[in-house]
Amino acid sequence: MAPALKLLVQRVALGLMLLFLVSALIFVGTQILPGDVAQSILGQSATPEALANLRQELGLNEPALTRYFDWLFNALQGDFGTALTNGQDIAHSVGNRLKNTLFLAFWAAVIAVPLAIFLGLLAVRFRDRWPDKLISTVTLASISIPEFLIGYLIMYFVAVKLRWFPSVAMINDGMSLGEKLSSIAMPVMVLTLVVLAHMMRMTRAAILNVMQSAYIETAELKGLNRFQVIYRHAFPNSIAPIVNVVMLNLAYLVVGVVVVEVVFVYPGMGQYLVDHVSKRDVPVVQACGLIFAAVYIGLNMVADVVSILTNPRLRHPK
Amino acid sequence: MGDAMLDVRDLKIGATAYPPGEPPQEIEIVHGVSFQLEKGKVLGLIGESGAGKSTIGLAALGYGRGGVEITGGEVWINGRDILKGGMRGLRKLRGAEVTYVAQSAAAAFNPAKKLMEQVTEAAIHHNRFPKSEAEARAVTLFAKLGLPDPETFGNRYPHQVSGGQLQRAMTALALCPEPDLVVFDEPTTALDVTTQIDVLAAIKEAIRDTGVAALYITHDLAVVAQVSDDIMVLRNGDKVEYGSTDQIINAPQEDYTRALVSVRSIEHEEQPPTPDPVLRVSGITARYKGTPFDVLHDVSVDLHPGQTLAVVGESGSGKSTLARVITGLLPPRSGEIEFAGRTLSPALEGRSREDLRELQMIYQMADVAMNPRQTVGTIIGRPLEFYFGLKGKEKRRRLKELLDEIEMGDGFIDRYPAELSGGQKQRVCIARALAAKPKMIICDEVTSALDPLVADGILKLLLNLQKIENVAFLFITHDIATVRAIADSIAVMYRGKVVRYGSKSQVLSPPFDDYTDLLLSSVPEMKLGWLEEVIAHRKMESAGN
Amino acid sequence: MMRIPFAAAVGLFFTALYFLAAIFAPLLAPYGMAEVVGDVWEPSSATHLLGTDNIGRDLLTRMIYGGRTTIFIATAATVLSFTTGSVLGFLAAVLGGWADQLLSRAVDLLMSIPSLIFALVVLSVMPVTVPVLILVMGLLDSTRVFRLARAVAVDINVMDYVEAAKLRGEGRVWIIFREILPNALSPLVAEMGLRFIFMVLFVSTLSFLGLGVQPPEADWGGIVKENKDGIVYGIPAALIPAFAIATLAISVNLVADWVLNRTTSLKGGRG
Repeated sequence: MAPALKLLVQRVALGLMLLFLVSALIFVGTQILPGDVAQSILGQSATPEALANLRQELGLNEPALTRYFDWLFNALQGDFGTALTNGQDIAHSVGNRLKNTLFLAFWAAVIAVPLAIFLGLLAVRFRDRWPDKLISTVTLASISIPEFLIGYLIMYFVAVKLRWFPSVAMINDGMSLGEKLSSIAMPVMVLTLVVLAHMMRMTRAAILNVMQSAYIETAELKGLNRFQVIYRHAFPNSIAPIVNVVMLNLAYLVVGVVVVEVVFVYPGMGQYLVDHVSKRDVPVVQACGLIFAAVYIGLNMVADVVSILTNPRLRHPK
Repeated sequence: MGDAMLDVRDLKIGATAYPPGEPPQEIEIVHGVSFQLEKGKVLGLIGESGAGKSTIGLAALGYGRGGVEITGGEVWINGRDILKGGMRGLRKLRGAEVTYVAQSAAAAFNPAKKLMEQVTEAAIHHNRFPKSEAEARAVTLFAKLGLPDPETFGNRYPHQVSGGQLQRAMTALALCPEPDLVVFDEPTTALDVTTQIDVLAAIKEAIRDTGVAALYITHDLAVVAQVSDDIMVLRNGDKVEYGSTDQIINAPQEDYTRALVSVRSIEHEEQPPTPDPVLRVSGITARYKGTPFDVLHDVSVDLHPGQTLAVVGESGSGKSTLARVITGLLPPRSGEIEFAGRTLSPALEGRSREDLRELQMIYQMADVAMNPRQTVGTIIGRPLEFYFGLKGKEKRRRLKELLDEIEMGDGFIDRYPAELSGGQKQRVCIARALAAKPKMIICDEVTSALDPLVADGILKLLLNLQKIENVAFLFITHDIATVRAIADSIAVMYRGKVVRYGSKSQVLSPPFDDYTDLLLSSVPEMKLGWLEEVIAHRKMESAGN
Repeated sequence: MMRIPFAAAVGLFFTALYFLAAIFAPLLAPYGMAEVVGDVWEPSSATHLLGTDNIGRDLLTRMIYGGRTTIFIATAATVLSFTTGSVLGFLAAVLGGWADQLLSRAVDLLMSIPSLIFALVVLSVMPVTVPVLILVMGLLDSTRVFRLARAVAVDINVMDYVEAAKLRGEGRVWIIFREILPNALSPLVAEMGLRFIFMVLFVSTLSFLGLGVQPPEADWGGIVKENKDGIVYGIPAALIPAFAIATLAISVNLVADWVLNRTTSLKGGRG
C-alpha cells in the first residue's frame, strides 16, 4: 500500500497547493488590474476626498500582500467580509445560495450520471450501429449548442407551451422536497442535457479503450460470452476511467450551473456571482470565484485519487 | 485423414482495408490454404509479416481480429466444422477444445486479476474441472513450466512477475483446460534471446507431456525447427511449401524456403586492426539525467577505418546508450571519445560541423527516421546543401549518384517516405548518411525491423558501400547471425559493461566467458535437435559445478 | 479530384454564408442597426422577415450586425489564442528544461479555474470593451492551445528524424519550421475550428450574462438577453440568435471534423 499512499499524499498536497495559488491568482486578478475597488464603487465622477475616505475604510492603503493574507485567513475561517453593494455578510448569503446550487447540481448528477453510463454502455454494445451513430450525432449537436439555448428551448416548450412547470425556478426553505423538485425540474433537465452527451461519449471512449485491450481478446478466446467478458474483465479495469469521466463532467456541471441559474432566475451561487460581477462588487466575486475553483479542483482531485486507488500496480506493489 | 484432429480445407480470409482518401475495400489476405494436424503433433506456421500466419492460427478458434473475417473454406476440429456451429458453438470450443497463447503475455493478462484466477478461468467455465482440481492442475503446470514457487505463484498479479514468467503462465493458461489443440502465436518473439531458450524448452516439454496438438506460429525458422513435427511455409496468404521439419530444413524444395533457410548468404573476410583507429572510445561511464545509476561502466572500444565493429547485447545492455554517447546526445560522466585523430567535445553543441558531418547515423525504424512531409530529394539533398553548399545542377547530379548507389534510381526523387517499401526507406536513410561523405556511420539495429530477405539485401548493400567509400560502421545489434555475417571486430555488452571484446574470430571462438557462452549458445540454430543439445549440455555443466 | 463529403459540404456552405453575411453586413441589412422601425415584438412579416425585437428594432438587421460582432470577436480571440498558445507551446517543447516547466505549470494553474469563472472574476474589475473581451478570452483559451501544441511538438521532437536533424547540426529555426511545424499543422488546424466554436459560445455566454458586448452594440448572445423576457409570453425572438449560434457552431464543427479526418489519413506530405 506504501507507494499508493505516497502518491495519494502527493496528489492531495498538490491539490491544496493549487488551491492556494488559485486564491492568489484570483486576488491578484481583482487587485492589480486598472482602477481600484473604490473607484469602481464611486464611479469616474467621484471626488478625490471621497475616494481617499473609501480607500481608508476598505483598507486599500495597506500593502497588497498584507491584504491578501488577511483575506485568505479570514476566508479559511469562513469569513469573506461584507458585500460592497449592500453591506451584507458574504458568508451568510453564500451559505444559502451554495446550498441551493448544490441541491440543483446534485439532482442533475443523480439523473445524468447513471443515464450517461447506461447510454455509453449501449453505444459500446451497438458500436457503429444506429444507437451509436445517434449518440455521436447528438454529441456533436450538444457541444455546439450554448447552455442558454437549451434552457430557453425547454422553457419555451415545456413551461410556456405545455405549461407543465413554472418558467422560473423559485425555491425557499418553506417548500417541501416535492415542491422543490418540481420547481427545479427544468433547470435539472437542462443541466442533464448539457453534461449527458459529453459524459456518454467519454464513457464510450473509456470502455472501448478497455475493450480493445489484448486481455479482452484472451477472455473472448476462453469462450466467455459477451456479458461475462464485460463483467469479469472489462468492468474492473473501467472503474478508474469512468470515475474520471464522471468527475470531469461534474466539474463541467459546476460551470454550466452559472448560466442555467441565470436563465431560470434560480437563487444560487451562479446568479449571485453574475449579479455582483456587473455591480463590480469585488469581495463577493472573489468569494464566489474561490468557491467555484475549490469545487472544481476538488472534483479533479477526487478523480485522480480514485484512479490511484484502483490501479492494481499501486494496490499490489511488487 | 480420418484421424486428423484439425483439418483446414481451402481456408479463405478477408479483411477491410482503408486506403487513404478512398472508400474502404474488401481484400483477401489468405487465399485458400489447406492443412491437417494429427493428435499430439506440432505444426509450425512460418512466414514474414503479412504472410497470414497469425490470421490462420486464430481461424482455428473461429476468431478474426479487428475487421478480419473468414470468408470461405472449412475448419474441422474433432470431426465437426466449427464455422458452421454459430457463435454458441464457437464459445463451447474456445477455451475448452482449442486454446491460444498470445505473443505479448504482458498485454494478454488482465492487470486487475490474480494469475490463478485467469489461468483456471476457462477450465472452470467450461466445466472441464472443478475449481480445486483446476487449481491443482495449474500448480502442476507452473512447476512443469519451471515457474518459481509454483504453490503460491498464482497469487500474484501480472505486473508482479517478469516477461518470461508471464509467457510461461500464458502457456499454463492454455494447457489448464486440457485442450486438444493449442495455438502458439509467436510466444517467444518478445523475449530476449537468453530468456527465449528456457521458455521454448518449457513449452516443448509441456506439449510433449500433455500430448496436446499445437500450431506454432513464428517468423523464426530456427525456432520452429526445434518444436514442430511439420512446417508450413506461408507467403502473402499462400502456402509456399509444406513438409516435415527435417525436409524443410535440410531439403527445401522452393526457392523462397531455401532463402529462408540460408538467410545470411553474405561472405565477409575479417580485416586486421590498423594502427590508427577512426574512433577510440576510452573509459566511458554514463547515466541518464535524473537517474541514480550508471547505464555504461568504463566502456572502451576502437573502430578501424573501413571496418565494422559489432556491438552485441540484449535489451538493457547499454548498446544503444553507447551510440547516444558517441553522437554527443548523452554527454558521459567520464571518459573520452577520440574521432579521426581529434578529441570530440562530450556534448553535441560543442562539436564542429566537420565532426558532425564525418559521423553519421542510421536508425532502426526508417519509418520515423524520415520526415514524412519531405520528399526523398529533400531528405537526401539537405546534407548536400548543409555540408557542401551544393545547389541546382550540382546537387541534382550528386543526388542521382547517391540514388544509384543505393540501387534505387532518380525516379524516387519526388516520392514521399509513405510511398516507399520498408527496404527502400532504409536505403534512403543510408543514402542520407552517405551524402555527408562520413568517415564513420553508426548503424542502430538497422535490419531488425525488416523481413529477413530484405534485411539480407540491406546488409549486402552496406558491405558493398563500405568497400567503395571506405567508411567504418559501428553496428549495434542483438542478432548474432548478422554479426557473424558482417563484423571485423565484436564487443559483447552486458548490463552496461563490455564483457568481451576483440576480433570476430577471437570473440566467437572458445574459451568463452559465462555470459558470451550463454548468449551464443542461446541463439537458435537452423538444425534439428539443437534445443535438446543445448539443454542437455547446460544440465551437464550445472551438474558438474 | 477531391471529393468533399456531404456533411462537410453542408458545413462549408453555412460557414461561408455566415462569414459573408458578417463581412457585408451593412449592405445586407435592411434597416439601421439601432433604428426603431416598428412595434415591440412584431411577428415576422414581409417588411420584417424575423419580426422586431423588444424595443421595436428589425430583428433580421440586429441578427446580421450581431453576427458580425460575434464572428469578429470570436475570430480575433481565436487568432490571439492560437498565436500565443502555439508559439509558447512549441517553444516549451523545443527548449525543454526550466522554460518548459515554468510555462507548463503556469498553464496548469490557469486551467485549474474554469475559464468562465476566471473571465467573470477578471471582468468584474476590467472595463468591458471589445478589445478587453478579445484579450481575456484569447489569453484564457490559449492555455488549451498551448497544451495541444506542446504535446504535439514534444511527440514530434523525440522522433528520429528530428534527432537526425540535430545530429546534422541544424539550428533551432530549421527544426521548428522545417521539421516540427509541417507535421504539427494538421492537428492544430483541426483544433482551430473547435477553438473558434468555443469562442463563439464563450462570447455569446458572456454577452447573455450581460458581461460581454454592451448595448446598443448587438451580438447574438446580447440579442438573446434583450429578448429573453418574451419567452414567458410565448414570443420566440430569443431563440433565433441562439439557433444561429448553434448552426454556425455545428457547421464549423463539420468542417473541422473533415479537415481532421482528411489530414490524418494523408499519405505522405501532399496536402
